[in-house]
Amino acid sequence: MRVGVVTFPGSLDERDAQRAVRLAGAEPVELWHSDHDLQGVDAIVLPGGFSYGDYLRCGAIAAHSPIMREVVDAANSGMPVLGICNGFQVLVEAHLLPGGLIRNDHGQFVRRDQQLRVENTSTAWTSGFEQGQEITIPLKNGEGGFIADAETLARIEGEGLVTFRYVGLNPNGSLNDIAGLTNERGNVVGLMPHPEHAVEAGFGPDTSTRMRSGVDGLTFFTSVVEQALARA
Amino acid sequence: MPTIVVDVMPKAELLDPAGKAVAGSLARQGKAHISGVRIGKRFEITVDEVNEAVLAEVREIAESMLSNSVIEDVIDVRVAEDHPAANAGEAHAEASVSR
Repeated sequence: MRVGVVTFPGSLDERDAQRAVRLAGAEPVELWHSDHDLQGVDAIVLPGGFSYGDYLRCGAIAAHSPIMREVVDAANSGMPVLGICNGFQVLVEAHLLPGGLIRNDHGQFVRRDQQLRVENTSTAWTSGFEQGQEITIPLKNGEGGFIADAETLARIEGEGLVTFRYVGLNPNGSLNDIAGLTNERGNVVGLMPHPEHAVEAGFGPDTSTRMRSGVDGLTFFTSVVEQALARA
Repeated sequence: MPTIVVDVMPKAELLDPAGKAVAGSLARQGKAHISGVRIGKRFEITVDEVNEAVLAEVREIAESMLSNSVIEDVIDVRVAEDHPAANAGEAHAEASVSR
């Protein structure tokens, strides 16, 4: 399986995302923002960072970049797409996911190992989790407050699109503790925390057994690989 | 070159942490009579000429790119005051799409 990772000007975490793809047993493919070519990949990751310096709105300029036309078409045809942090912001700006993300309610950048509850395991990127499973992966953002109008929020909740919820502490004022979402089809997932930073013992969040041994993020990537293998 | 001004503000019902921080600083400077600050954006768009088609296009850009309707409102799209078209009386009223 080949998983494309798009680099925008100002992306930061594309190398970690590529590494996560490799550790999950797939081949990472570097995709470039100004191309119109997905190079035949089977899935796409939009990585974290500060594309275009967060100018205009986080993710807004990247959402209008050339390759996003192909990404939107692929997403609408059912290709798995994962947006992490800035990638999540790009997905909402591209209208692939509902709602919006605004500055954290306390006004500060936050970095912490964040506990989440998996609310939806029928997506392309979460099938390897148990329903209700609690996981810990790093969170680092300044504008991660999820908002939507009352009608949209009711629809998101009613259709079970909430994929991850913050547990223990809501780090940014997100409505209903929403940390991540999927679309109706379940192929597009976006979240503010960073699964690609929790894929290899020695580099992840601390766990009760050992420092930096948390690898809960790896399941995102093995989920998409296992579903591809099951279809083959 | 004529300039079209677009004003965008965060939605009134949303918390504006940046504006709140400025209001807090003003209060600490003794400006207790200032009860709130909200921060928006002003875009100055330079065009070759102003006509209804150009204004319609800028209004479309204001909705689709310059603002995100989930979190922001386009407050005004108008020809800049120092441009003759803006001083032609009706032109300004026509150009504005206040909401």
